[in-house]
Amino acid sequence: MSIFIDRNTKVVVQGITGRDGSFHAKQMLDYGTCVVAGVTPGKGGQTFENQVPVFDTVADSVAATGANTAVIYVPPPFAADAMMEAADAGIALIVCITEGVPVLDMTRVSPYVQDRGARLIGPNCPGLITPGVSKVGIIPGRICTPGTVGVVSRSGTLTYEVVYQLTRAGIGQTTCVGIGGDPINGTSFIDCLQAFEADPETRAVAMMGEIGGTDEQQAAAFVRDHMSKPVVGFIAGQTAPPGRRMGHAGAIISGSAGTAAEKIDAFKAAGIGIAQRPVDFVPLLKDRL
Amino acid sequence: MNIHEYQAKDIFRRYGIPVPPGDVATTPDEAERIARAYGTGVVVKAQVYAGGRGKAGGVKLARTPADARAAALQIIGMQIKGLTVPKVLVTPAADIASEAYAGIIVDRGSKRAVFMVSPAGGIDIEEVAATMPEKIMRLPVDPRYGLLPFEATRLGFFLYKNPKLARDAAKIMRQMWQAFVGSGGSLAEINPLAVTTGGDLLALDAKMVIDDNELDRRPDIAALRDETAENPSELAARRANLTFIKLDGNVGCVVNGAGLAMATMDLVKYYGGEPANFLDIGGSSNPEKVVNALKIITRDPNVKAILFNIFGGITRTDDVANGIVAATRDAPLDVPMVIRLTGTNEEIAVQILQQHGFSAMTDMDDAVQKAVRLATGGKAA
Repeated sequence: MSIFIDRNTKVVVQGITGRDGSFHAKQMLDYGTCVVAGVTPGKGGQTFENQVPVFDTVADSVAATGANTAVIYVPPPFAADAMMEAADAGIALIVCITEGVPVLDMTRVSPYVQDRGARLIGPNCPGLITPGVSKVGIIPGRICTPGTVGVVSRSGTLTYEVVYQLTRAGIGQTTCVGIGGDPINGTSFIDCLQAFEADPETRAVAMMGEIGGTDEQQAAAFVRDHMSKPVVGFIAGQTAPPGRRMGHAGAIISGSAGTAAEKIDAFKAAGIGIAQRPVDFVPLLKDRL
Repeated sequence: MNIHEYQAKDIFRRYGIPVPPGDVATTPDEAERIARAYGTGVVVKAQVYAGGRGKAGGVKLARTPADARAAALQIIGMQIKGLTVPKVLVTPAADIASEAYAGIIVDRGSKRAVFMVSPAGGIDIEEVAATMPEKIMRLPVDPRYGLLPFEATRLGFFLYKNPKLARDAAKIMRQMWQAFVGSGGSLAEINPLAVTTGGDLLALDAKMVIDDNELDRRPDIAALRDETAENPSELAARRANLTFIKLDGNVGCVVNGAGLAMATMDLVKYYGGEPANFLDIGGSSNPEKVVNALKIITRDPNVKAILFNIFGGITRTDDVANGIVAATRDAPLDVPMVIRLTGTNEEIAVQILQQHGFSAMTDMDDAVQKAVRLATGGKAA
């Protein structure tokens, strides 16, 4: 089992003929993801890699192929429209990889997508992977292995680092989800924790947060009140100065709020195991499995 | 992107918000000339990308043109939170009856832009929130409709009992919303929003932060960037498309990805060292980025060791290795370097590095400990 993506995931790639889109569409195909369509306005009728039909609109692609998941690689000025187009076409899961989407665009996208009943992951995220089954996004497939740990994170490469260490230690994953580093995004930590709690195969969760906002504090309260499965957490940015944006648009300590210390305290109070270093996930999860 | 007070006031003025006149001076002579032209007492205010200007001595009242000159002499070139003040705003002093606060932030929880207003202005709004939360009104704005007139009226009457002032304030709220949306803001503040002794509203101070992601589609706003007010290293990094933030330690860090970069800094601290910087070379591979990153880091005389931590997912580690070789061929390093890379094309990368006399490590913890040891002369880790 897994969360959000599985064997029935049929992917349409928005921006499939672009530099990033074509590269990662190929990677997804190689991994075995069921990529059924691509979309680039004006390039409808073409075929990608001799197997994936390209359409002008998401609606056309859904009508022709039954795609139920969209992954977005279009440039930032067009990303908001791409997310809304996917939601309007009836796509159930929308994964936006694009970094640099204006935050005021996201204030409009967020209710639009929600009103149409779609789940959005990202933007500014690496996507998600159910090892051995399907990957939607850019997480390198070979660092993952199937298993029983759910992984959720605001970061890309930090997630790879942790997953790689888990895999090397023989700890496999049900699904790894990167929810993205922007201040306003779709799926939250809590959404993922809820899904992992409900997933019979997941036996423990690794959660990687960072400075900025209160998503981690709310996640901690959710773990305390609603989760039976063990959770191990890490917070990046203990050495980050206040008021500075640490690469991710959302990674900023505003005034005195959003520090690593307050998030770690919230984790501790909720009974979440604290990984002080990325490598600590291995023994902490082994103890709990 | 930060913009200066005088630039935020220019934007507000364009949207009809009443702001006091003012002119910018980069020399004491100019400040004196401006003050003389106004013929009244003036306030000389540091224009710098840092808060807490008043406490730092960057805002001075000047009764005469000579006083304005003296104030400018003191303020221009002074350091506030590590940044040099490049210019001052000279603005006529106003007679104030009361001070309120008006701000727009982007709230992550409600996923909306939120108005925050308080009749307790002129002080830090966080302090008001902590000590008298009942004096703050928060109003999330539905992005589909923008700030509706009745919402603006509610904000106005929360600030002022006097109907004229309340209506004037409501108008300013609507103008402020237009300015915020029209400029791609991530924050806008008027603090204080003053009532003058003549009974008029006046935005005495203005602050705006622009969402960096808006700049490509707003060239007029992007043009407001003042490179003379930026930290020189951070300016060089931005020009090279790198995200760099200078810190006070001595272990220079070059990492791909923001989360891993923060985790690397934290690990340096964990093993008894202090990071000299945050630096994210980004996801895509490009040897040129590595060359620029090394140039920027080695400018900092505090740096006693350089640590590369590269996890090759999308980034190809051989590209990073080529960058390291290229950068050190032109300018050999004065400080030791520890290179950790793993992932995509790791074998090729290690080979490239070895051919040029570098060694590479694969374990993050080992590499960080070694870098800390080298930076501290063996005293830590």
